[in-house]
Amino acid sequence: MATHLSAADTRPRHKRVLPGLSLSLGTSLLFISLILLLPMAGLVMQSVDMGWDRYWQVITDERVVASYKVTLWAAALASIFNGFFGLLLAWVLVRYDFPGRRILDALVDLPFALPTAVAGITLATLYAQNGWYGEILESLGIKVAYTPWGIVLAMAFTSIPFVVRTVQPVLEELSPEEEEAGMTLGASDWSVFRRVIFPALWPALMTGIALSFTRSLGEFGAVIFIAGNMPYVSEITSLMIFVSLQEFDFPAASAIASVVLMASLILLFAINIWQARYLRRLHGRS
Amino acid sequence: MSILIENISKKFGHFQALSPLSLDINEGEMIGLLGPSGSGKTTLLRIIAGLEGADTGRIQFGDRDVTNLHVRDRRVGFVFQNYALFRHMTVADNVAFGLEVLPRKERPSATEIQKRVQHLLEMVQLEHLASRFPSQLSGGQKQRIALARALATQPEVLLLDEPFGALDAKVRKELRRWLRGLHDELGFTSVFVTHDQEEALELSDRVVVMSNGHIEQIDQPGALYASPNSRFVFDFLGNANVFEGKVANGKWHNQQASIVLPHSVIEQESTEQKDGQLYIRSHEFFVSKEPTAQANLPLRLIAINPIGAEVRLELTPIDWQSNDVWEIDLPHKAFDKNCFEKGQTLYVSPKAAYFFAHDAQQPVLLNWEASKV
Amino acid sequence: MSSTKNTSSQLRVGDNPWVKWLLIGLTLLLTAILLVVPLISIFQQAFMEGAAHYFSSLLEADTLHAIGLTLLVAALTVPINLVFGVMLAWAVTRFEFPGRKLLMTLMDIPFAVSPVVAGLLYLLLYGNNGWIGSWLYDHDIQLMFAWPGIVMVTIFVTCPFVARELIPLMQQQGREDEEAAVILGASGWQLFRRVTLPNIKWALIYGVILTNARAVGEFGAVSVVSGNIRGETNTLPLLVQAQYEDYQAAAAFASASLLALLALLTLLLKAFIEWRLERSMKLESDKEKKTTA
Repeated sequence: MATHLSAADTRPRHKRVLPGLSLSLGTSLLFISLILLLPMAGLVMQSVDMGWDRYWQVITDERVVASYKVTLWAAALASIFNGFFGLLLAWVLVRYDFPGRRILDALVDLPFALPTAVAGITLATLYAQNGWYGEILESLGIKVAYTPWGIVLAMAFTSIPFVVRTVQPVLEELSPEEEEAGMTLGASDWSVFRRVIFPALWPALMTGIALSFTRSLGEFGAVIFIAGNMPYVSEITSLMIFVSLQEFDFPAASAIASVVLMASLILLFAINIWQARYLRRLHGRS
Repeated sequence: MSILIENISKKFGHFQALSPLSLDINEGEMIGLLGPSGSGKTTLLRIIAGLEGADTGRIQFGDRDVTNLHVRDRRVGFVFQNYALFRHMTVADNVAFGLEVLPRKERPSATEIQKRVQHLLEMVQLEHLASRFPSQLSGGQKQRIALARALATQPEVLLLDEPFGALDAKVRKELRRWLRGLHDELGFTSVFVTHDQEEALELSDRVVVMSNGHIEQIDQPGALYASPNSRFVFDFLGNANVFEGKVANGKWHNQQASIVLPHSVIEQESTEQKDGQLYIRSHEFFVSKEPTAQANLPLRLIAINPIGAEVRLELTPIDWQSNDVWEIDLPHKAFDKNCFEKGQTLYVSPKAAYFFAHDAQQPVLLNWEASKV
Repeated sequence: MSSTKNTSSQLRVGDNPWVKWLLIGLTLLLTAILLVVPLISIFQQAFMEGAAHYFSSLLEADTLHAIGLTLLVAALTVPINLVFGVMLAWAVTRFEFPGRKLLMTLMDIPFAVSPVVAGLLYLLLYGNNGWIGSWLYDHDIQLMFAWPGIVMVTIFVTCPFVARELIPLMQQQGREDEEAAVILGASGWQLFRRVTLPNIKWALIYGVILTNARAVGEFGAVSVVSGNIRGETNTLPLLVQAQYEDYQAAAAFASASLLALLALLTLLLKAFIEWRLERSMKLESDKEKKTTA
């Protein structure tokens, strides 16, 4: 009887057949509560404890506000860059066959596999005045290391895979027929890309960029080595939390962290809701 | 616009999808490409559209050589098997697409495009769905929108790949009639691919039967049914029972079973008295409970299926060989009169058959009834 | 039902050789600048002062201790998150319950949260002044600024990986196989071991590899809770930082090169498993196509 219902591909809402609901759900809930919710509750308590005035004062401190700006700008630039680069990478990996394609495909994940501290010291060394890239850029009058541009660079590096990996599967699944339909209707390659392919990739691309942005906002290890960490100029918000902690100013650290946490949670929920809505429109009822 | 196809061939790796073939399609004709999957019919259609390049040969639309023309410049209408509607565009935007991507000089104004789209949607009777998205449409509605989109640029050639393949039987019939009407009204040249013989016979002016990358036969539906020119066409146009016989003493024998040669063959002496296969259509039988003078074909009745105006009997041979279950259609009257029952042994005699001698490609039409008179 | 099609001779957008090679060239150039050269430079920097120096710096007591601690952290984190990931994936893909979507979103939080914030969350709770920490302090249990704290934050930052790999696959595979097994009388454990596990094996290994890579390389969260005591609470990434800031660039890069090697190994394994996974996904969708055809 169970197989009949599920063969119709509607999720059967009748009595459960499979075992393990209470075990698996119970474990998951316990784990999430202990690992995730309890510590988050701790942060909320800590922030509440300090009182609104002090809280407001900490999170609107000039140096902290400067760090928000730097972080937001750098993350925005890094994720926009990754939007272009990731789309290009995904396109080339899916559409073309060329020697080294598989290696390139594997290499895309390097920023995820490489510990951020390693990425940080490597980029800092490369772009320092006497580094391989730094020397060239220096002769062109461009400084990257120990400036906000270094932050953009480190953020871009660590979040390269997001856009590629969200766009790639969508591009692979794109039916050639829609493209062909565009061509039989007389559209040029560019119009087919712009009007048929790109709109189909758009939600995935946006999701990838949003993920890349979220990750960049929180990036720490890769950034601190190359940023130079000059107050008001190249300090990121994560560093502000870290600095407060080293001064054992837990309330201040918590206040700033609550702002960061809130921003990432809002982003995360927004991405999830947006994705669900878009999927529903494309495929009818999800 | 007429279409001339000359010596077109295509290989995919080592697979010969199309052996060199030629086909002449007249202006305003509706041609059905009929064949089993893998017969090359879709490949031929895609080559006509320009979605696929041919290895050899030439294609001409009217007197314009389009062999090396890119698909976008051929200006054909193409309807895809799964419609390929743009999922992120509304129905109206889908239909307008072909007009909106025209070069600026040829492109109608926005209001003109809107009017044309409105008109096309009225033509396919779906103007109320203009602002829906494809995922909100039924299969039949998608099909009509796909057609409207293909016709928006007023192509003179319309190509359709299994246009009704994904629809249920009732909608399919309705759309078929509607498409035929549209074709006659607008006068474009159409080529469609199908594996459904009924569809091909009902819809086409001429049917092109294909197998293994060859054209087997090109004919009008009536002629195709009356005189199939090969075993393949016979098989594919369906419902034939095959009797494999060896000639001896004026009869074709298969173990215990036998069929008497008709007079016309006996009179010709040696020329047509050969071993071979008799193809007998399911309704060309006389059924009785005793053998007749003309044939001794004992069969066991294993199933009785009433289908519309007829009753289909399924029978298995008794003491002789045949690869398939035999299917015989009887009018209800004849069936009721005889009160056949499952499990009975019945004897059948062919009224007419097509005979393929072992060494012949072409069949000979045999008729027993004429000789009786 | 569809006729033979061949993709290689099909017309596709962007097939113009000029466009094609321009795009490939641009991609390779950017990848070389952004990824390949930095990767090479790690090893170049590590061997800057010669091979002897490289190996002697790896064999220093602090380095060996950091390697050991890093391995310990990974060895504790991976199994815990493996079990959790499987449980969570089973719950959300095999059952319907209110809050299912919310649970999946919650699971993503560690990906979205800055590692520094993650570290702080644990420090607040388990630090000597924290809710639980003060109680632990009274009982002489020290979690923060010691290896248990490092393990805890690492579990936090890596907990979504396994579930994330499993959920899409298990959703796609549906529950029919398992339901069939139940009808045939399989017990819960038999069902999991003989029906589910073979189907999700590669995705599971994939998740483990990603968890492991991140567990070994986590920096931000660990640096908050470790206290940075050399030879005691330094993991390898923290040691890299310490050495780098001490102007021991060659030693820092020597330690970094170990992590880079592990990253390369991860990529290699990942490519291999992806290839296997693609195959099993393909088999699955072919099966689906056949049943719907």
